[in-house]
Amino acid sequence: MVSVGVTVLWFLEGRPELRVYVEGIGLMGPGLNGWKDSMALLTHPGRWAMAPLCVPDPIQLPAVERRRAGQTVRLSLAVGFEAHANAHRDPSRTGTVFTSSGGDNPLLHMNCEALASPTPELSPTRFHNSVHNAPAGYWGIATQSHESSTSLCAFDASFAVGLLHAAVQVAIDRKAVALIAYDVPYLAPISQLRPITSAFATALLLAPDKTANSMACLDIVRTDSRESVSLSSMDPGLVELSRGVPAARALPLLFAFALATAMTVDMEELPGHRLLIQVFPC
Amino acid sequence: MQPLILTHVSLVNSLGEGVDATLTALRERRSGLLPCSFRLSEMETWVGQVSGVESVRFPPNLADYDCRNNRLALLGIEQDGFFSAVKSAIARHGRNRIGLFLGTSTSGLDATELAYRHRDPESGALPLSYSYRKTQNTFSLAAFVKEVLDLDGPTAVVSSACASTAKVFAEASRMISAGLCDAAVVGGADSLCMTTLYGFNSLGLLSREPCRPFDAERDGISIGEGAGFALLEKDTSISDPKAVKLFGVGESSDAYHMSTPHPEGMGAYLAMQRALESAGLKASDMDYLHLHGTASKANDASEDKAVTALFGSKTPCSSTKGWTGHGLGVSGITNAIVAMLCIQHHFLPGSLQTRSVDPLLKSGYLIENGTACVDYVMSNSFGFGGSNCSLVFGRAT
Repeated sequence: MVSVGVTVLWFLEGRPELRVYVEGIGLMGPGLNGWKDSMALLTHPGRWAMAPLCVPDPIQLPAVERRRAGQTVRLSLAVGFEAHANAHRDPSRTGTVFTSSGGDNPLLHMNCEALASPTPELSPTRFHNSVHNAPAGYWGIATQSHESSTSLCAFDASFAVGLLHAAVQVAIDRKAVALIAYDVPYLAPISQLRPITSAFATALLLAPDKTANSMACLDIVRTDSRESVSLSSMDPGLVELSRGVPAARALPLLFAFALATAMTVDMEELPGHRLLIQVFPC
Repeated sequence: MQPLILTHVSLVNSLGEGVDATLTALRERRSGLLPCSFRLSEMETWVGQVSGVESVRFPPNLADYDCRNNRLALLGIEQDGFFSAVKSAIARHGRNRIGLFLGTSTSGLDATELAYRHRDPESGALPLSYSYRKTQNTFSLAAFVKEVLDLDGPTAVVSSACASTAKVFAEASRMISAGLCDAAVVGGADSLCMTTLYGFNSLGLLSREPCRPFDAERDGISIGEGAGFALLEKDTSISDPKAVKLFGVGESSDAYHMSTPHPEGMGAYLAMQRALESAGLKASDMDYLHLHGTASKANDASEDKAVTALFGSKTPCSSTKGWTGHGLGVSGITNAIVAMLCIQHHFLPGSLQTRSVDPLLKSGYLIENGTACVDYVMSNSFGFGGSNCSLVFGRAT
């Protein structure tokens, strides 16, 4: 899974090129508190250690909405605002693509339990928070952004598919788009069927052109080719984290950003497909 | 945007199976709404439930995917020769050059709700027959349809509440423009479940009678369900005089509230304005507006303000939710296909159950059906989280 190499792949030639620039990154995971503090942990194997998440209060939301916001909303807002701050971008002017393999998983359990009781009921807040695009809705309220926002799901490939759709939107509509990926664990009994090992969220601020704030250029190709590239030396604990949480499949890409050297990230997409992402530091 | 041709569509909802069932019911002004008896619910409301879902023959090799939502999807694929149309498209483009972008808000939630009623009393475990991945997970719909249609292009599920199956047209348009696929199957399915019935009830948004869009006495929505699909292709040599194209898409966010639309219709206005810009057309080019028109007090008022601000009071418009109910995640593709029918059949649907239009609403709302030359239609879909999407369809030739 963590296939990172420096080869420029011959089979990329002749394919339609999808190029976007990364201007800002947000990151919130176990032992990963923000992008800047996490860079050294990503690039130095052995430094990262599993630790509880410290998700900040979503102070950008009005008090009523803040009380209603669940963990998926808090995570999404934290990484989304961090990526915009790092990019010096106004969040009210960027479009968003949210992607999650499940959404607010603990809430699904609570709602189904409440509906299975002899006196079924559901509160208005629990209902509207249960939609897959709830973080997108709260994001709009917090940022006052009227730009388009799309919420996606592709099971284990949710990050890769989200990245592809966000990058295509940037390239075709020629506008900045923030990709916000998040996942949280289920409660029992669904956790037995769908184990997600930790909460995790990351955001990438993607832009169509190189600017003073560009950190990296990404050339993305979707391929069914079986060519493989050389393996990386990411921390084994982080490799495990990236296998245990669909949104954390972003970690090899974040590792490449932190290293700030030209390399190719090979990311599994849907079965039989992968994204080959050439990363060039700016 | 580069216009895309709708080479084939299919539809299933409470009006019946196939596009013609919907067209006939629209013309005959026959509603698909009935008093709710779904899962023995005692909810005092009316629903647009699809009959015969239980008797759909589900492919044995895909049995793990068996849930109400995927049954509706299968029923949709089986209508209107859609399966064969996709097979022909595969022959033209190749299975890995056809994208699959589907929308749903419920996914197989009904299966999870049923499983929670049958947990092991000791361990709390869910029944062994329950497959989380293939029913509940939001991607289940696309994973299932991908198998049924044998497609292998870029695939995603959009779950942006009631705008989901409108926004899939935007995703498909961009993916085709970027060269990631040459054609796309778009649409999706949404299914009745306890969560939406009890959820909308708790919000005070369920009507106790068949919903009455834009009526002065409207008191809420009727929930519907169904499936719909469209095959989108770049402009080919197709010379069917009835062919309809997607000319524009517009997306926006309300940035106002999770479950209440912007009171001035700001997000709706932006979505419609952007759809016109994307199509390179003017407001005066639209012959009919197929409204979201859920029959909730706030939604209709908000949409009316947006429509009036952009189109004035003369452009004919209406909501067909009185026929189908509000199909939630499937309302985008349902509205889109009805928009296509309006163009093909010079038909303007009115509004069912609407006795007199709310005098506070100023748009050119139709109650009675009509006929007119319809070249361009705008189709609206707005959802929770302030997610809005408007589509512009028009005559291809």
